[in-house]
Amino acid sequence: MVETASQALIALGVRPADPGEFTRRAFENGRMDLTQAEAVADLIDSETVAQAAQALGQLEGSLSRTYAGFRTSLLKALALVEAEIDFPDEDMPDHLARTAGSLLEGLIDELNAALADADRGRRVREGYRVVLIGETNAGKSSLFNALIAREAAIVTPVAGTTRDVLDADIVIGGHVVTLSDTAGLRDSDDVVEAEGVRRARIRAVGADLRLWVRAPGDPEGEAAAYVRDDDFTIWTKADLKPGAGAGLAVSAVTGDGIGDLIAALEERLARDLSGRDFPAVTRERHRRRLAEAVSAVSSAKRHLMTAPELAAEDLRRAADALGRVTGAIGVEDILGEVFSSFCIGK
Amino acid sequence: MSAAMPAQKSFDVIVIGGGHAGCEAAAASARTGASTLLLTQKLETVGEMSCNPAIGGLGKGHLVREIDALDGLMGRMADMSGIQFRMLNRSKGAAVRGPRAQIDRRLYREAMQGELSATPNLTLMAGTAEALILDGARVVGVKTGEGQSLAAGAVVLTTGTFLNGVIHQGDVRTPAGRHGEAPSTGLAMDLYGAGLKMGRLKTGTPARLDGRSIAWDQLEIQAADAQPVPFSFMSDGISIPQIACGITQTTKETHAIIAANLGESAVYGGHLTGRGPRYCPSIEDKVVRFADKTSHQIFLEPEGLDDPTVYPNGISTSVSPDTQMAFLRTIPGLEAVEVFRYGYAIEYDYVDPRELTPSLEVKRRPGLFLAGQINGTTGYEEAAAQGLIAGLNAARKAARLTEIVLRRDQAYIAVMIDDLVTRGVTEPYRMFTSRAEYRLTLRADNADQRLTPIGLEAGLVSEARRLAFQAKVQVLAEAAELVGGTRFTPNEAKALGIPVNADGQRRSMRDLLAYPGVDLTCFQQAFPVIGSWSAVIREQVEIDAGYAGYLTRQTADAEALRREDSLILPADLDYSAIGGLSTEVREKLSMVQPRTLGQAGRIEGVTPGALTALLSHVKRTAVAA
Repeated sequence: MVETASQALIALGVRPADPGEFTRRAFENGRMDLTQAEAVADLIDSETVAQAAQALGQLEGSLSRTYAGFRTSLLKALALVEAEIDFPDEDMPDHLARTAGSLLEGLIDELNAALADADRGRRVREGYRVVLIGETNAGKSSLFNALIAREAAIVTPVAGTTRDVLDADIVIGGHVVTLSDTAGLRDSDDVVEAEGVRRARIRAVGADLRLWVRAPGDPEGEAAAYVRDDDFTIWTKADLKPGAGAGLAVSAVTGDGIGDLIAALEERLARDLSGRDFPAVTRERHRRRLAEAVSAVSSAKRHLMTAPELAAEDLRRAADALGRVTGAIGVEDILGEVFSSFCIGK
Repeated sequence: MSAAMPAQKSFDVIVIGGGHAGCEAAAASARTGASTLLLTQKLETVGEMSCNPAIGGLGKGHLVREIDALDGLMGRMADMSGIQFRMLNRSKGAAVRGPRAQIDRRLYREAMQGELSATPNLTLMAGTAEALILDGARVVGVKTGEGQSLAAGAVVLTTGTFLNGVIHQGDVRTPAGRHGEAPSTGLAMDLYGAGLKMGRLKTGTPARLDGRSIAWDQLEIQAADAQPVPFSFMSDGISIPQIACGITQTTKETHAIIAANLGESAVYGGHLTGRGPRYCPSIEDKVVRFADKTSHQIFLEPEGLDDPTVYPNGISTSVSPDTQMAFLRTIPGLEAVEVFRYGYAIEYDYVDPRELTPSLEVKRRPGLFLAGQINGTTGYEEAAAQGLIAGLNAARKAARLTEIVLRRDQAYIAVMIDDLVTRGVTEPYRMFTSRAEYRLTLRADNADQRLTPIGLEAGLVSEARRLAFQAKVQVLAEAAELVGGTRFTPNEAKALGIPVNADGQRRSMRDLLAYPGVDLTCFQQAFPVIGSWSAVIREQVEIDAGYAGYLTRQTADAEALRREDSLILPADLDYSAIGGLSTEVREKLSMVQPRTLGQAGRIEGVTPGALTALLSHVKRTAVAA
């Protein structure tokens, strides 16, 4: 029925919408800002409830509202600074710069908090990155296969079997986790293996969580250098030998301990990904602009008392950076704020 | 100056109106060599300051310096008539210092009339402009009230608030232009007939006081600067005696009287439809909008050295004369004040400046240029700056030369005109430094380096200024070479008394000048040539060094702007054919007809999304064509 109707309409010269066309139009005619348009794409791509909820929140403007808050503080500070510059002969209250200073202090704190929380939104949207690292033959690939419940990685007794990074997305506790199996960390003369190890090292640094996979009796090796305090240590081959220290013992063969590992991962995901306010950053683009804004606002604060024209310049740069995420601050916005706050009338 | 009918019946350019826009337009046109007529109702009021007797300030002072850099008149005239020079924001950075001066109205008027009558290629004539002469849509001359038909290659209209002006004072409403002058309605019919979009604005003025009745000894006094800094790059100093202004303030009693008689005021009595500004509100506005303030500052500004008239800046009003007298006498120092003339509000028509091209030519009336308050601006400086650009481009139009349009990174003049023709106005447009995105670059001290070369190219600049400018530029170039090219190790810097980190880095003199407390005197002993530089040169070198880091960034921003402004949009673009634009944005784009993608982006309400749609449409049609 729908099909027939569509055919008839197309025959009349009506054209079916291109993918994303309605979003593009909503963005072009100003009914959506860029973050909302981004959210549409995220919503379509979402695989978990958490991803969908985050995309939906962003679509409804949660992220825009966070930036609107930053924008309001910035606008107020700019108005104070500009008023001091442009209306020196007016009957202005004293301490405009000081008032602006405390506004900026608050703003810097807020922006820094948003930046510190910058990973959360990205982790939900792109997947929480968990990487398996350790010595060769520690059992990383066996554990990888056990966690994703299929034989994706080749497992042999030969040290150095895994040469490239192998990624698989799994859902744990309602969140997407990108699990990566990597080559055992060692210096190798084999060109292919050396390249695999180089990639493993990069992943080890960039991951949200490292599972340090150790076979009982193995030395610590290079992996120890990458492991951070709240990473997990996993002792493998629990069916053969008990682990030699703190950490979880698992056996890919019997499945012992795998359930505990998944429970521990769930707990970690809950800690890192849920709760609190809507994140201020869901993409790298947002994080970069926030970082720019923090640096510009900090510079403005340093110039406030000595060179207001430089402070204003810094604040405009911050406004521009934040404006690139949602909406810009124009001169008329600043003047409007000045004239509604101060009686300018010489 | 000839007051009689000119024997000549044909001019390259005819300028209508002898206010600040008209004077600059006529002089600029004549400087380029165009035979120019200035047609004005009364020759005696040419160069009159009809509102407050002051020139300059923040943003406005920058405009005056730019007018001067193009060899315009305002700066030099003000230097010949300024009676209280003050550099505003002296304690702040150079980019936001604004020269300002109280002006002796008579001296200014006389200087301006003398200057114009001595200007080659310029004829002045008293008379009214009754109608424009058209050839199709093209404006080709002016019909005078005296029945003459004068041909012109281009016409500049600078009629201020004369278009359907109505004066409000208490409940009395009088059709009029400036105080005591007849309104001109014939020309207004021409403009309405052209289908131009018009709006209505209002402005106000305070009572003029008899200074002899003011108790000056009870007032706080604001003195002139000890070392007055002239406006003009050509002025060596100020020889006019300097006076002080008085400062007083309104009281609770003043506010009570105004509040009780609000119904008399033009705005609050509901008699007025024109929109007033968010700033410079009348004293009625101040009392209503800032009700928690118990007093407002008033500057008592003498209008001349031998003129008892005092302009009370800060209390423009349109209540009845009786109420004005009553509230004035509640102000400290004014208890026994006498009034020469009471304040009033005036509302008037302006042409939506989006009807204009960036050369200030009316799009639907080629050959007709508009400048000043008729375009929705306020202020002498704003008017004069537009006048200069309109006069220059009218002369070029008459000579069939291409227009000259300045860029936003070159001049405040360009910021203003781009704002006007791109965004239109909703209140009288006044210049502020915050409007300029390249504020650190567009400074009062370097206006000549930004604009005099352009003026030279356009034939606007006199030989005397050319020589002075070239000499200055040569010294500046030598100075730039010395401060940029001379480098110091940390030990060498320390030897000059400049403590820097012992990091082995060699720093240029320019780098070191950016350190707090370091100026050129630190280097003078080692480099005696510095002693030969004038104060102006030294100051500029130090300013440039202080802002160096930021200036580099602004230059990069300006390049981005130029890239956007180099994406030319077709003149005949059909905005209704572009999908994805909201109706509001589509209407605005059709109205402005932006010349470039950059200009389109500066239209209010045009979002990055709308620009995307515009750009992809233009690219698509360009490919298809």
